[in-house]
Formats: sequence, structure tokens, C-alpha cells
Amino acid sequence: MLAYITRRLASTVLVMGIVAVFIFLLLHLSPGDPAAIIAGDNATTEQIDAIRRHLGLDDALPVQFYRWLGAVLQGDLGISIFSNEPVAKLIGQRIEPTLSLALTTLFVAVSLAVTFGVLAAWKVGTWIDRALMVVSVIGFSVPVFVVGYMLIYVFSINLRWLPVQGYTPIAQGLGPWIEHLILPSIALGLAYVALIARITRTAMLDVLAEDYIRTARAKGVATSSMLLKHALKNAGVPIITVIGIGIALLIGGVVITETVFNIPGVGRLVVDAISKRDYPIIQGVILIFSGVYVLVNLAVDMSYTLLDPRIRY
Amino acid sequence: MSAIAAEPTLRPATPRSAQLRRFARRNPTIVAGGAILGLIALLAILAPLFAGDAVTMHPALRLRPPSAEDWLGTDHLGRDVFARTIYGARVSLIVGMSVAAMSITVGLVIGLLAGYFRKVEAVVMRLMDGLMAIPAILLAIALVALTRASVSTVIIAITIPEIPRVVRLVRAVVLSVREAPYVEAAIAGGTPTWKILIRHILPSTIAPLIVQATYICASAILIEAALSFLGAGTPPEIPTWGNMIAQSRLFLSRAPWTIFAPGIALALVVLAVNLLGDGLRDRLDPRLARRM
Repeated sequence: MLAYITRRLASTVLVMGIVAVFIFLLLHLSPGDPAAIIAGDNATTEQIDAIRRHLGLDDALPVQFYRWLGAVLQGDLGISIFSNEPVAKLIGQRIEPTLSLALTTLFVAVSLAVTFGVLAAWKVGTWIDRALMVVSVIGFSVPVFVVGYMLIYVFSINLRWLPVQGYTPIAQGLGPWIEHLILPSIALGLAYVALIARITRTAMLDVLAEDYIRTARAKGVATSSMLLKHALKNAGVPIITVIGIGIALLIGGVVITETVFNIPGVGRLVVDAISKRDYPIIQGVILIFSGVYVLVNLAVDMSYTLLDPRIRY
Repeated sequence: MSAIAAEPTLRPATPRSAQLRRFARRNPTIVAGGAILGLIALLAILAPLFAGDAVTMHPALRLRPPSAEDWLGTDHLGRDVFARTIYGARVSLIVGMSVAAMSITVGLVIGLLAGYFRKVEAVVMRLMDGLMAIPAILLAIALVALTRASVSTVIIAITIPEIPRVVRLVRAVVLSVREAPYVEAAIAGGTPTWKILIRHILPSTIAPLIVQATYICASAILIEAALSFLGAGTPPEIPTWGNMIAQSRLFLSRAPWTIFAPGIALALVVLAVNLLGDGLRDRLDPRLARRM
């Protein structure tokens, strides 16, 4: 077990290292000259050269990489080209809305999806099963921003039940905070629900075909207990795996959802940075999101032994 | 007994239409998905013949609701939403199909080599793990932001994050096939390596790759729309469903058709491609058919 954890951690570090190389190269092999961009349109060649020397852009690429990596490991993600503020600080200021949105969506999506999946597997072949699977294909096909605007149109503009856009920090009260997160998390969670519900149904069908389920039924275990205790628990591994993989969907979706609902989070930060070509911000946000993805999947791998004692490393 | 004897030795040839009907009954999702997709592709190709003008602005006719002249109304610059929606299909379909073709081709080559040669495998698979850890939309955003926005940059930017998924799939197939007796026989018989890869291993990857190609196509169409929506896609002069929605978002309450027309078109195309993919998977890969 300890040997496995060590090996798994080592491979995580390796993957993160490769990600760092990709992200570094992405910005350094690009056609644009960062020094010229920082200097602005009216800068002279001397000014551009001075900035380039100041940033160390004249050094060999490996030297620049080690310097950059060293800084990143100390929490220094560079300085935003336009606001002149440290990227780490800008991200820190925007993290609360993004985290709120992501965690609410995760909670809503997983609870709905697992319920749907279990229901579909239990009622396999009936109209309930088919309806849920049709909804899941549709959910997987409608983009976040289309769902988002439809929800805003119906629930905010026409029915006036919920605020149109924006975000209220949790410090200003739980009610307004939740009100602002309901529609965004539904829009963002739809594809995620579709994905998890499908896998839950498949995993449940596999488990429900097992002998011990027949035994449980034969000895008169209540249906709910049979489904949840005997079946769902044993269907856990594929479900947890797809929740981990699906985090990528959630991260990509956050960027779009924050734009649709005007939520001032990390996603908005990176979208604003695109139009201004503020590369350090783009670089920093991608690095952090990739790190989250890798760590979540590490945690998922580690959780297998808890769910299935047969898995021993 | 008499029933068996009465059966003719040769079945009469079933007419074409009956064959088609039977195919449709057995594969409803392939037919539904294919039909919707074919219809939209046809509309996109024939757009100049019927769709009308998608670019001219008519400031006097801003935000007109759908009517007999403008089937889907006009947008905030007085442009015809119907024409723009039809033309928007072009970018989506071109991007979807190009990304599918390119990522499958590149991924197939890398995957075959990585699956067959142990030394290549270790390095390539670690690189692919790294590439897969970067969320696709963000990687595409960064790639587009770094270069000049054009349809071909968008295609490349969406292709790169899709490649690792193809490589993994191909490698898994190669690993399972290369221990098969017929491959070992070919190796023992002295068949050159390239011939083993192309003649004996490549054919096993085709069925799963066709299925994978449809899913990549669907995901590429969604990512293209997202990039256009976020302003990191094709230049705004070219109508795409993503940038139509982005340009109209301030007018949601006054002119919802400007957002819902391209939005529904987008959802419909992705749904059609996904249906096609599900149907092909059920048909080509019986092991998976029951599972999903």
C-alpha cells in the first residue's frame, strides 16, 4: 500500500512536471514577443530590448524554464501585463465565486445523477429508464451557454423568481449566495449529470446481475436497502472514477458559465485576459486548473481501496 | 416438417427499400442522427441558393421578431438571423469533421507506434498524460489566444487536446491484439514490422475509431462554439453559432430569438452526432452495446 502510494505520488509529480513544460513552451514558442506586448504599440526598439533583458527573455529556454518553475513552486505565478499585479493575488481575489460554483455544481450534479442512474438501472427497460437515458443524451448535447440563457430567460426574466446574473459573497448571507448559484449550477451541471447518470446505470446493471443480489432478494431484503447497500456501494468504483474524469468538464464549463452569468470568478479573469492577451494570467489559471484536475484524480485513485477492499496495492 | 420442406432453397432477393426499412428499424439512432446531420449539412452546402444575405446590416430593421420575411427575425444590427444560423452551420461542421479526421489520423499513428514499441510507449504515454491533464477548453483558448484567430487555428487548437484520447484507445487495442496468435505467427514468419502494423493490427482499431471519431466531432463542435462565444474563436465577421450568441447576449430579454435560434441549431447538431455515435457503437462494438 505504502509502495503504491509512493509510486502514484511520483507519477503525479511527473505528470505535473510535464504539464508545466507544456504550459511554459506554449507561451514561449508562440509567435508574439511578450516584451513587445508589455512595452505597448509606441515603444522603441531600445525600450523593448530593455524589457526583454529585464524579464530574462534573452536567456536560453531551459534556464528560463528553471527560473519560472522555481518561482511557481514558491507561489509566484508572475505579474499581470495589464494590471501590474501578481497573478497569484488576482487569482486569490477571484477564487471564492469559482469555488462556490464548482462545489455547488458538484454536489447538485452528483446527487441528482446517482439518483437517476440507480432509478434507471432498477427500472431497466421501462419508460422511466428510457426517458432518463434520452434526457441524458440531450443533456450531453446542449452546451452550457445555451442552457444558461434559456434558464435566465424563463426563470429570471419571465418568472422573475431568481436574480438574472451576478454573484453575492457568502459573507453577505447564505440566502442571496444560494439564490445566485441555483441557475449557474444547473446549467453547468447538466452535462455532468448526464455523464455520471449513464455510468451509474451501467455499473448498477452489472452489480444487479450478481449472485449476491439474488441472494439478498431471496432472503427478503427491502428493495431500498438492496439497491443502496448491496448494489450502489459495490458499483462505487466506476462512478467515482467518472466523477474524477468529469472534473475536466466542470473546469472547462466554469469558464463559460461565469461569462454567461457574469460571475466575477477565475473563469472571467481568464476570459478577460484573452482579449487583452495577458499571457501570465492565462498561463497561471491553466496551471492551477490542471493541478486541481491532477490532484482530484489522485484522490479518486486513492479512494478505490476504501470503496472496494478487494483492491489492494 | 412440411413447413421446412415448403421453404424455398433460395430466399427471394429482398428489395432495396425493404432492406433500408429493416436497417432503420434495427438502428433507429444511426438513422435519426444521420438523417438530421445529413439535412443540416445539405442546408449548409446549399446556403447560397436559399438562405439569403447573412452579412448586410439594416439598422432600420433592428431586433425584428420572426415574421414572414425574416423567418427567425433580425439581430441588433438588423442582420437576418435565419441566414446567419444556416451559414453558421458551415463553421461548426467543418471544424467538427476536420478535428475528428486530424486527431484520429495523428492519434492512430502515435498510438500504433506506442502500443507496439515498448521503448516509445513509456515516453509517449507520459506526455499524453500531461496533455490530458490540461482542460481541453483552456488549452484551446491558450492556443488560439497565442496565434491569429482563423478557422484553421481553431481546428488545430481543438485537435491537440483530443489527440491523447485517440492515442490511449489505439494503444489499448494494439496491446490486446499483439499477443494474439495470428500476430505472433506473422512475427515468427518474418513479416516486416510495418506490414504487421498495417495488415494485422490496424484493422482491429478501425471499428472503435469510427465510434470515437463521432464523439470527437461532437465535442469539437461544442468547443468551437464555446471558443467563439468567449471571443477566442474564428474572426467575428464569419457567422458562427457561438459568436451569434455572444453578440446577442445583451438583447436576451428584448430579442430572445437571436440567441435561441443558433442555440437550438447547435444543440440539434451535437445531439445528431451523439445519436449517430451511440448507434454506431451499439452496432460495431457488441461488447459495449449493453453497457451504456
